[in-house]
Amino acid sequence: MSIKKISKEQPEFFKFSEENLNKAKKIISKYPTEKQASAVMPLLYLVQGQNENWIPLVAMKYIAKFLNIPYIRVYEVATFYSMFNLSPVGKYFVQVCTTTPCMIRGAYKIVDVCKEKICENQKELSKDNIASWTEVECLGACVNAPMMQINDDYFEDLDKEKTEEIIEMILNDKQPKPGSYRNRKSAEPENKRTTLLNIKNA
Amino acid sequence: MLKDTDRIFTNLYNDESWKIDSAISRGDWKNTKEILSKGKEWIINEIKLSELRGRGGAGFPTGLKWSFAPKEIGSRPHYLIINGDESEPGTCKDRDIFKFEPQKLIEGCLISSYAVGAHTCYIYIRGEFFREGQKLQTAIEEAYEKNFLGQNACNSGWDLDIHIHYGAGAYICGEETALLESLEGKKGLPRIKPPFPALVGLYGCPTIVNNVETIAVVPTILRRGGKWFASLGKPKNTGTKIFCISGNVNNPCNVEEELGITLKELIEQHAGGVIGGWDNLQAVIPGGSSMPLLPKNICDTITMDFDSLIKEKSGLGTAGIVVINKDQDIIKCMARIAKFYKHESCGQCTPCREGSGWMWRMLERMAKGNASIKEIDLLSEVTKQIEGYTICAFGEGSSWPVQGLLRHFRKEIEKRNSSDPLIIKQNKNIPYLIDQHLLEEDNA
Repeated sequence: MSIKKISKEQPEFFKFSEENLNKAKKIISKYPTEKQASAVMPLLYLVQGQNENWIPLVAMKYIAKFLNIPYIRVYEVATFYSMFNLSPVGKYFVQVCTTTPCMIRGAYKIVDVCKEKICENQKELSKDNIASWTEVECLGACVNAPMMQINDDYFEDLDKEKTEEIIEMILNDKQPKPGSYRNRKSAEPENKRTTLLNIKNA
Repeated sequence: MLKDTDRIFTNLYNDESWKIDSAISRGDWKNTKEILSKGKEWIINEIKLSELRGRGGAGFPTGLKWSFAPKEIGSRPHYLIINGDESEPGTCKDRDIFKFEPQKLIEGCLISSYAVGAHTCYIYIRGEFFREGQKLQTAIEEAYEKNFLGQNACNSGWDLDIHIHYGAGAYICGEETALLESLEGKKGLPRIKPPFPALVGLYGCPTIVNNVETIAVVPTILRRGGKWFASLGKPKNTGTKIFCISGNVNNPCNVEEELGITLKELIEQHAGGVIGGWDNLQAVIPGGSSMPLLPKNICDTITMDFDSLIKEKSGLGTAGIVVINKDQDIIKCMARIAKFYKHESCGQCTPCREGSGWMWRMLERMAKGNASIKEIDLLSEVTKQIEGYTICAFGEGSSWPVQGLLRHFRKEIEKRNSSDPLIIKQNKNIPYLIDQHLLEEDNA
């Protein structure tokens, strides 16, 4: 288990934008009537999207009212799941996978780059508030290790130099290109392909 | 090696396109209506005949699982849930299915939903796979446009709606009952079984939960026949499986192969061999991080199927193979896995919540050589106190890898931690019985 820090500075008001209100209604319709509590997680994502990638307490209360469920039901979900940020993160939120398959392919070199360029401590904002980074558990791209996630995109097959380039770009508020950084198309073997050869040549 | 014509996931490397027209040209959705018209009994029997075992880790026979669903739909609706909360370290197969073969999954959803009597299907994807989820959503919309889903899907007379539900970074939600809790909008805490989800599942209704890969192979099995699938692999361990080979190999890759292939062939042929040569191999985790590792002498001959690996006190799990060569510190590798489990424990059962942290802290000290020799037995005892004393299989998942390390690399730990416990006590002030999680920098 891990404990999450809730931001001390909280906004006083939250409301869905017109667009998100429509999205929220659409999401609730995916679940059976009377089971609208199922929409808690998707709605928390909507809040996160609207509120610079973090969820203030007032938004949890808003969702509780919106779904007609107790506040604690929203609070416990928001604190349980690691992808809900309860304090501000950078505009570019870097998550470095350091679980064993990535670790043995050099994930801690990426962590060192983040420490050097973004901030010495994880989960803290960089000087100009543009980026923050954190170590996370397995992101499910082990064959393309080491890798990291920036906001919604995966950056795969990294090394120290490539990571430095990527981090430089985000610090200058430019969007780096997601995907493999050794030009791999997917999870196929890099040098010598052994299967599905006919289809490749067809 | 498996013939290319016997591979199910022909677009695994995205040589063509993941779009629906390309998928149709590869044979998806070809005679779905005909398959459905043969009836539930036939579909379930054919899957039983194929001896397909679940691809999510436990290896439970799929046909049998489906037959647990009530035959007639009563007052409560049935649900089919696809478990795509792929978070096991070493496993990344479902991600490629979402990305490149979404129509196989969607067609599988329709057939399976029909077989278990479900009109609603939820696909639970881990939250980090946001882009993959977007692709899958597009693929679902494409299928709706072609009338393959929705009312009277494929003109079969069956109605089916598929919805995507994103997780939010909790490994435990891959456990089927925790996944149901999460879908109901609660914390992902596993439920006590029985009752099993097949009778009391999502919203208290009959629910069948299957892995992404299991469902994605169903249409091909029904098209080519259960006998064809059963002819691949070994008896009771039939068919093909996507293996994810990661870690210290020259060409890490995903590859679809027959069950029962030797581990050496997988690593040497498909993944370009171990970095530094086969002799530089130290250990292999054969089935995702929960499965105990195997030392080199076993790796030389082991075949990759459910039953052979159980004989070696390990397991096939999700077939995420992590290769560790001699350049790595094996104790450190396992300590990192223990940290993963400490982080992901849901906290419901005390042995797991506390024990996973104990194991991690002890292993970290052992990796540094700060532990005493007596602690090795203590660690072994801790693992035994977790295993079997928890609601879900997470307890086993967290303690087995540590037991594997102790079983095969005890000498290595002893060499590094040979000091007498009394001397350690004098030299180092290691608090034992206070709330140790308060000492961790992250959680302070």
